[in-house]
Amino acid sequence: MKRRRFIEMSLLALPLSARGQANAHVSTIDPLVRSFTNGRDVLPGKVTLVLPKIADNGNSVPVTVKVDSPMSAADHVRSVHLISEKNPVRDMASFYFGPHLARAEFTTRLRLNGSQRVVAIAGLSDGSFWSDVVQIEVREAACTED
Amino acid sequence: MSLARIQLPDQAARGEAVEVRISIRHPMETGFRRDEGGVRQRRNAIVALVCRYRGTEVFRAITSPGIAANPTLRFYLRADRTGDLDFWWIDDDNIAGTASAVRVVV
Repeated sequence: MKRRRFIEMSLLALPLSARGQANAHVSTIDPLVRSFTNGRDVLPGKVTLVLPKIADNGNSVPVTVKVDSPMSAADHVRSVHLISEKNPVRDMASFYFGPHLARAEFTTRLRLNGSQRVVAIAGLSDGSFWSDVVQIEVREAACTED
Repeated sequence: MSLARIQLPDQAARGEAVEVRISIRHPMETGFRRDEGGVRQRRNAIVALVCRYRGTEVFRAITSPGIAANPTLRFYLRADRTGDLDFWWIDDDNIAGTASAVRVVV
């Protein structure tokens, strides 16, 4: 195989191989992740984490999390966890849903200490975990100097 | 002075998804910030918020200073009967706040 062809093919293969792979967004040995999942696999998908690509100020960044779920008694989302890569408190927030929640969706505002990856993990009633990840550029980090 | 503002539609149809918004006045002090004199500001953030609809828990948030000051939250409630929506929260100083008796009219 010609070298150029090989490089083209490997570049194509990269995103494909990462798609659908368990724990693509999280580290299985991360104690924070384990505290939510108890060591179960976290599959990419079902969760949509909506964050701006660029935030001028990290002190207040709007975030919406949606999970693809009928929210019925038999099939619903139990919890959503938001994890920061760079904040001094990585465990930003956890949300637990009751039976009267109409949609597995909420919006709030985050504080982000610089450009980073933000991960959302959703725990479903069948015991499975799903995730999404967003890379966000924060122009002015929430103040945590020294 | 009210610490929280809740926004709800005046009326909802039975089984409809009702948009609920709450904003709470709170500094969500991170514990990493210093004032002009260089004195470190003690952490004081809301650590938990619970919303109940007719006594049943709808939404619970376990929070940290990773949530912005004056936190806001928006979610969708399935309203099947007229009833109260009660919010309760507590911060690092163990000070609890409530915003309650908001009536969801169906």
